[in-house]
Amino acid sequence: MTPPETLAESRQNFPEAARELLADSQIRKNVRHATDVIQAKRNKVVAELPDWQDLREAGSAIRAHALEHLDHYLAQFEANCTRAGGQVHWARDAAEANSIILGLIQKHEAKEVIKVKTMTSEEIKLNAHLEAHGVRPIETDLAELIVQLGHDKPSHFVAPALHKNRQEVREIFQREMKLPELGETPEDLCAAARTYLREKYLRIKVAVSGANFLVAETGSVCLVESEGNGRMCLTLPDVLISIVGIEKVIPRFQDLEVFLQTLPRSATGERMNPYNSIWTGVHEGDGPREFHLVLLDNGRSPILADKEARQTLKCIRCAACLNVCPVYHQTGGHAYRSVYAGPIGAILTPQLHDMKDGRSLPYASSLCGACYEVCPVKINIPEVLIHLRGKIVEEEQKTLGGKLGLWNIGMQAAAFLFADASRFSAAQHLGQMGQKVFVSKSGFIEALPLMLSGWTQTRDLAALPKQTFRDWWAAREEREEKAR
Amino acid sequence: MGVSLRVSLFITCYNDTLFPGTGKAVVRVLERLGHSIEFRPEQTCCGQMHWNTGYLREAVPIIRHFVEVFRDAETIVIPSSSCVSMMRDHYLKAAEMVGDAKLAADVAALLPRVWEFSEFLAKKLGVEDVGATYAHRVTYHTSCHSQRSLHLNDIPLRLLRKVRGLQLVPIENPQECCGFGGTFSIKNADVSSAMLADKVRCVLNTGAEVCTAVDNSCLMHLFGSMHRQRTFTRTVHIAEILASTAEAEPWDERFPVDLPVSVGGTR
Repeated sequence: MTPPETLAESRQNFPEAARELLADSQIRKNVRHATDVIQAKRNKVVAELPDWQDLREAGSAIRAHALEHLDHYLAQFEANCTRAGGQVHWARDAAEANSIILGLIQKHEAKEVIKVKTMTSEEIKLNAHLEAHGVRPIETDLAELIVQLGHDKPSHFVAPALHKNRQEVREIFQREMKLPELGETPEDLCAAARTYLREKYLRIKVAVSGANFLVAETGSVCLVESEGNGRMCLTLPDVLISIVGIEKVIPRFQDLEVFLQTLPRSATGERMNPYNSIWTGVHEGDGPREFHLVLLDNGRSPILADKEARQTLKCIRCAACLNVCPVYHQTGGHAYRSVYAGPIGAILTPQLHDMKDGRSLPYASSLCGACYEVCPVKINIPEVLIHLRGKIVEEEQKTLGGKLGLWNIGMQAAAFLFADASRFSAAQHLGQMGQKVFVSKSGFIEALPLMLSGWTQTRDLAALPKQTFRDWWAAREEREEKAR
Repeated sequence: MGVSLRVSLFITCYNDTLFPGTGKAVVRVLERLGHSIEFRPEQTCCGQMHWNTGYLREAVPIIRHFVEVFRDAETIVIPSSSCVSMMRDHYLKAAEMVGDAKLAADVAALLPRVWEFSEFLAKKLGVEDVGATYAHRVTYHTSCHSQRSLHLNDIPLRLLRKVRGLQLVPIENPQECCGFGGTFSIKNADVSSAMLADKVRCVLNTGAEVCTAVDNSCLMHLFGSMHRQRTFTRTVHIAEILASTAEAEPWDERFPVDLPVSVGGTR
């Protein structure tokens, strides 16, 4: 298997990328506003459901069960989809998926394809591959269209253009759609997009979509959306190609009952998605004449093999963890330099890369736990973050550089001290004396060296008190002893 | 006054070194309520820093040490919700990771006797009014571990509402992290600082002189920024507020130096 080289956007690590994003007031303002709005809507509609915690539990159990028996359910899905006239393709990695999809498009001699927003196609960089081979992909989801026309990258996987405000969208449309007079009301902008897209739905014969769920027992594919662009792409063209990660399968049709409640409420704060499309193979005289489903692995199988981290694949891509994350609030999605941002991106991205890329992402969290609290399938993201940190540390300790690194030396030293109270106490005394060079006139430490400078760049630290608690206690015991 | 308990104090490594006043305050409150305190000097750390930073194997001997030291303790009280959460959420996992069934059994036996300080007062002792006086405008910072792991809910607020003279003012966005996150504050210093700036703004907007919490870790973080900006707001651990009486306040030079063993009863 070739490594999924296409997922990470660049080698820049999270702290560096975040520093750049933090300097962009406009993005921070847009991100904060958008996440606050979605989060408030989400909280309101979640609070309406008395059985929300049961739904989370059920969703978690269904997804965990499906992953435990993924081989079985994928084979069942393939058989049922094929029986209904669909064609199932298996892609080991991004390169295979891209070549399958391009081949299908070329077979139909299409020069353009319409697309329904699919994160999986972002993951495999499908658009770039198609463009390189003379095929023009056209995004039909409003936010994806904004991102595409703005030559930008998605920053959120439910609301990819969340980092753009209305004025910025207007400028992009004015420029790219050649509409210099375009107004800036939401109605103006939507009308422009509608006019731009409508002609394409009617003319273009091949569509590419993603999917939210694959139903094993019926071979059905489910896609939910809010704008109706999905319904257009799924029904009007002659050929439909859906690209879907292998983890998206669920056992039974009835299981949708859980996810069609939890997904819209978590993702967009809607009780139900305006458009819920479910299709099974092909039907004479109704919808596409050809349906292809590309099942993508691209680094997912190894995640399944890791007992601690397997829960990562339960994700249904609602992005509630992004909207609630205090780190994401500050930086937005681009700081993650990955298709998958936020807390779920911080665990998914490095794993899809076999821990060879995105290695700073598991540290991009204060472990506050808000992501776990909102997750509709109960992925314990903080637990997985710690597990992945553990893997990274263990790998680094195998190298000489890692062994001699400041972090490792510091942590080994601390572990040595904590193993024995007399050592720890001696270190405390040493600290009380040694700190003198750092303590300013105000009695505070205002600058520290090396990695500790990260603390003092924005924060002071009170000098260590003259007496530790344990010394105070010992003195007290001694006094009492004498008094007796 | 009910049964007198023998409470073993786990002060935690950072309180021991940086916030001894919090430990003294815990001693003072619990003795005032008629309980006796022991301090096992062999104690060191809970292992949280190593565990959360990914030094999982290095955390295990520290966890073992904690279990050894407190194995036969009657009740263990800890003035830090993040350390308690380390024990409740990760100790069994650590034992499983190294395949140590004996350690897992020891941990399972020990955990029911481990209490966070405010939780101990409200749930184990059933006390809300601890006889404190603290005539200041105070806001309460909800630490992440106290809300999402320990589910303390309004316990600290109920304790604070019973303090004489204390004016409790609500804070905006109480559910959002202050950005400390242990080594996160160093490894991602810029993002951590940005989160801190938002939280400090919420604290300052309350107009409180004092920001309190059940964790000195968050308070150290908040105070670090508030002192750098030379704001007038101080941070004080909840135990120090609950220990305060009309005669002595935590930042008072008189307190808590050489407290008598038994302050005796509530005032």
